[in-house]
Amino acid sequence: MIYGKGLTRRAILKGSAGAAALATLGAPAIVGAQSDVIRVGHLTPRTGFLGPLGEYAVMGVTLATEEINAAGGVLGRKIELLAEDSVNPSTASTKADRMIGRDRVIAILGEISSASGLAISQVASREKVPFIQTGCNSDELRGKACNRYMFHIEGANTMYINAVGDSLKREDLVKDKKWFGLTADYAYGHDLLQVSRRYAERNGADFSQNELVPTDSTDFSPFILKIRRARPDVVVSNLAGNQITNFIKQYKEYGLDFPLAGGGFDTAAAWGAGPEAFAGIWPAIWHHTLDTPSAKAFTAAFTKRWGKPPENQAWGDYLGMKILAHAIAESKSTEGDALVQHLESGAKFDVLKGREGYFRSWDHQLMNEMYSIRPKPRDKQADQWDMLLLGDPVPGPGEDLESIATSRSESACTLG
Amino acid sequence: MRTSPPREDQALEELPFVLEQVVNGVVVSAYYLLIALGLSLIFSLGGIVNLAHGAFYALGAYFAVEIERYLGFGGALILSPILVAGIGIALERTMFRRFYRSDPILGLLLTFGLAMVIEQTIRIVWGAAPLPFQIPDFIRGQLFVGDMIFPYYRLAMLAVAALAVAGTWVLLNKTSFGRVVKAGVQNPDMVAVLGISLAPIMTAVVALGIGLAALAGVLLAPISGVHPAMGAEIITAAFVVVVIGGLGSFWGVVIAAVLVGVVRGLAIHFVPAAAEASIYLLMLLVLLLRPRGLFGERIMRFE
Repeated sequence: MIYGKGLTRRAILKGSAGAAALATLGAPAIVGAQSDVIRVGHLTPRTGFLGPLGEYAVMGVTLATEEINAAGGVLGRKIELLAEDSVNPSTASTKADRMIGRDRVIAILGEISSASGLAISQVASREKVPFIQTGCNSDELRGKACNRYMFHIEGANTMYINAVGDSLKREDLVKDKKWFGLTADYAYGHDLLQVSRRYAERNGADFSQNELVPTDSTDFSPFILKIRRARPDVVVSNLAGNQITNFIKQYKEYGLDFPLAGGGFDTAAAWGAGPEAFAGIWPAIWHHTLDTPSAKAFTAAFTKRWGKPPENQAWGDYLGMKILAHAIAESKSTEGDALVQHLESGAKFDVLKGREGYFRSWDHQLMNEMYSIRPKPRDKQADQWDMLLLGDPVPGPGEDLESIATSRSESACTLG
Repeated sequence: MRTSPPREDQALEELPFVLEQVVNGVVVSAYYLLIALGLSLIFSLGGIVNLAHGAFYALGAYFAVEIERYLGFGGALILSPILVAGIGIALERTMFRRFYRSDPILGLLLTFGLAMVIEQTIRIVWGAAPLPFQIPDFIRGQLFVGDMIFPYYRLAMLAVAALAVAGTWVLLNKTSFGRVVKAGVQNPDMVAVLGISLAPIMTAVVALGIGLAALAGVLLAPISGVHPAMGAEIITAAFVVVVIGGLGSFWGVVIAAVLVGVVRGLAIHFVPAAAEASIYLLMLLVLLLRPRGLFGERIMRFE
């Protein structure tokens, strides 16, 4: 070190070496302007009460990206995934804006909260970039709030209720039966309550009792006491996320034997409750024990990659990326309008189920089979994730896939 | 929900339901007592607002899940709080110690950061999905008293909470350790002048408070979900109980926990959507009428 002599040769050499090193690190936006990658954005809540599902979502979309890139990418280009935590609606909106404006993603995938999904869809519509949502259930998102650039892989609440309702009917738990509801006091819970009430009315169930549960409630004992007093025929859960797990555990603790059912369900909630506490009949959009070739391949690949089987949320985000890649390849373009046109054209996709699925042109909802799920007898459980028995697909073979979804006359959706 | 206003006979009909909620509220108060006791101790005696209280509660639950596999529920119940208290001691020696005589806000910021770090570490190590944890076999089932139902597990929780309160009371009021602690709360300088070192006392107090938080975590794991954000779920309720009871008061926490349990039960009976809001309203009322809390003591150090 030579002090006080200003610019020495050494200083200049060090300085230029440093500048050269910085130049390779800095300005990634400039580096990224090259056209040999396709950037896709992924937004999902990775913290908070939906965090467990978001974690599976990221695992699913990452696996899909890796598989696509290993096979050579799309249109000769690799896919670069930008995955971030959407946190809440305003953060989701900001990040979507940034991903499209600065990072130049050609599409956004994911999201689980319907409120955040709405925020992202508004950005997508403004920027004319497709948004394929994989986890938002509210009917309203496909109804009043629908827009041309948003596609729905996740089932609508109506589809979920119809799937579980089918099973409940077969168990004679609908006609002239008393239903007692526990509803999460926020947008999703209210939407689901509305849909379940409509189903009850149409099918002759008496759904006069319902309790609103604050989303931050962790102790359900007072509600369980109310259920015990009411002596219903079915306890209907319109709860979400960890509340489902908590409620099931405490319901078992009190030992009530009224049948449980619900229109909102995630496999992770059942795994969290554990095989001894888990009970009831619930709807499912996908399950890792599905016995079709592509489903089994996905489950095997996922388990190998992450050390545990995929939850239904992982299926949704995996499928989202695969469908997007398919759409890009088929339309030979990454332009938003071209992709939207292809997706709503009725093109069929392998959705890792028995039958192929397609997006309905007038509301962009994926038409596909759903299932009902109930606890598997203990002696048949192979491991800690194998606690659920998958029912037959709804609609059944030969029935129209659209029969479980909202009909056009009932929908408020008008796509511009 | 009833749409017509209750007439006299309708109100009488509801009485047993209301009574049931009140009694359940008292039993369930063990839940609030357990999560608030450790927090109250650390603030009253250490002067640290421990926002990481929920994080230690969560750690207690997660350690219990791991330990239960090898040593059963009993082993988890004893070992988990001890291990978490050990972590608490390490943190006290390295971090908390620097803030005892500072502005309370610094301790608050420290524990706030700690809470986030612990929660994220849990997420990294165990993942975000809830882990299954069951009520141990020997305590399943319910007790029926007349027409009222009490799960054995909740009664056991009440017993453990009562034991914890009794044990802590004895420690603070019947031992010389307790005397030094109380003196140290009021006037640490005088204690130092008398030649008594407060440092190991404080470590013990923090360890006790954190151990109690972990104990609450173990006891509540079978009936609530074990997930990384479980600490954040209970921390607000814990603070509400401590504030209502009053800082520096031991019995204040007990009374406040019962009050919160009963008020919440009644709220759920009449206006379920206001279940959680009701306890905040209660806190607001108490603060308006008695800002120091129901049984709060004056702490000279903070005057």
